[in-house]
Amino acid sequence: MSNKKKKKLTPVQQQYHSFSKAREPQRPVLLNVIRAFLAGGTICLLGQFIQDFFLWNFNFTEKTAGDPTAAVLILLSVILTASGVYDHIAQWAGAGTAVPVTGFANSIASAAIEHRSEGFVLGVGASMFQLAGSVIVFGVFAAFVVALIKTALTLLGGS
Amino acid sequence: MLHGHQTWVFSNKPTILSAAAVGGPFEAKGPLAEDFDILHGDLWLGQDSYEKAEKKMLEEACETAIKKAGLQKQDLQFFLSGDLMNQIISSSFAARTLAIPYLGLYGACSSSMESLALGSLIIDSQSANYVLCGTSSHNAAAEKQYRYPTEYGSQKPPTAQWTVTGAGVAVLGSEGEGPQVTSATIGKVVDMGVTDPFNMGSAMAPAAVDTITAHFRDLRVSPGDYDLIATGDLGRVGHKIAGDLLKKHGLEIPDNIFTDCGLLIYCEDQPVVMAGGSGCGCSATVAYGHILNRMKKGELKKVLIVATGALLSPLSYQQKESIPGIAHAVSIEYDH
Repeated sequence: MSNKKKKKLTPVQQQYHSFSKAREPQRPVLLNVIRAFLAGGTICLLGQFIQDFFLWNFNFTEKTAGDPTAAVLILLSVILTASGVYDHIAQWAGAGTAVPVTGFANSIASAAIEHRSEGFVLGVGASMFQLAGSVIVFGVFAAFVVALIKTALTLLGGS
Repeated sequence: MLHGHQTWVFSNKPTILSAAAVGGPFEAKGPLAEDFDILHGDLWLGQDSYEKAEKKMLEEACETAIKKAGLQKQDLQFFLSGDLMNQIISSSFAARTLAIPYLGLYGACSSSMESLALGSLIIDSQSANYVLCGTSSHNAAAEKQYRYPTEYGSQKPPTAQWTVTGAGVAVLGSEGEGPQVTSATIGKVVDMGVTDPFNMGSAMAPAAVDTITAHFRDLRVSPGDYDLIATGDLGRVGHKIAGDLLKKHGLEIPDNIFTDCGLLIYCEDQPVVMAGGSGCGCSATVAYGHILNRMKKGELKKVLIVATGALLSPLSYQQKESIPGIAHAVSIEYDH
């Protein structure tokens, strides 16, 4: 808990906070970071192989091969989510499976599966982006702001 | 009858005529599998949603308990039940099937002992001959409501707990053979400012300590008078904190009698449960299955079950509210 949050607590609550903290197992941060590095790196390496596959076998350039590569990774992630494996991998890998495109696909697929019981409109359609929604909103907004800055700089005579 | 500040002593000794515990696939792999009446290998129970599966489990537990008591549905005057679902749908929908006059309760995971305490009060005051008390929880349904979709890949911290898929039900009667409910201490809400929903044990431990000390103070008894004192679902983390807090308050409970249902229900080799079990079904199935069975075998004579609950909602968590805890203690005796 940050110090700012801690200030809102009463002295008794603060005392309890340190009392309980001393008895809680900590997140194994270093281990988690190493695992995330290995898992995330493996996914990227796999992505590289897929990209090279498209480059060598089909008429793709390095720029255009990105889209089918992402599509294959997304498909793999959705298959692993649907077969109930992805969450077990993620418990081990942590950020390693959450950060790449596979994590984004998992967040959408898992929500869609979860809310299937409420039907297609009120369930799947309405809840699919419950986790991914904020990523899309702030992602699009950030892109918009960056584009505005770029346009302004260009107009001011930048190249 | 009120004793002290917050404890009822039941002079007419309401009797637990029968009890039933129903569990899911994870509980079937645990060390207490033998103590369940029905175990399901399928988390869906053949239903088309997890919520319906939870309701089905509660119905099965009720039917089994009524049958074991040698009664018919119409013999029971009241059904007291609570669960974790929004608007306690599992309990209410099970009550619709049972068609027994029904009082819905909500005390989060403390609902198991809340319903047993209130049921005992109804029997003790001679307001009914038979009362049915139950609770249920379902792992996937609870995860869906409180946290993330079940298949979402998020990494849980070591303090996280695993919601038990299970339902526990007891039939209380004014007379008959069986373990007797002798007293109950109703807890107050204690909030120590814990905000992490993946650390329920530490949020609820102070409430458990508050209720346990109140119980001993009100009845002027000591931990040595009990063969077993089991908290509901503090898990490894909360159990340690509660034990140390009690020591700090000058109330030392020996390790051999102080335990937690969330620790008992799963094995060490089920790493996915992290710090242990939680949920209404945790204290209900362990108490009504495992602990009552041990009492019937004569291994335990007097037990105190302290069901703990975290009174948060997904909304209160998102609005950065802390997690209030509550605990209700019920003492059960069986001398035969």
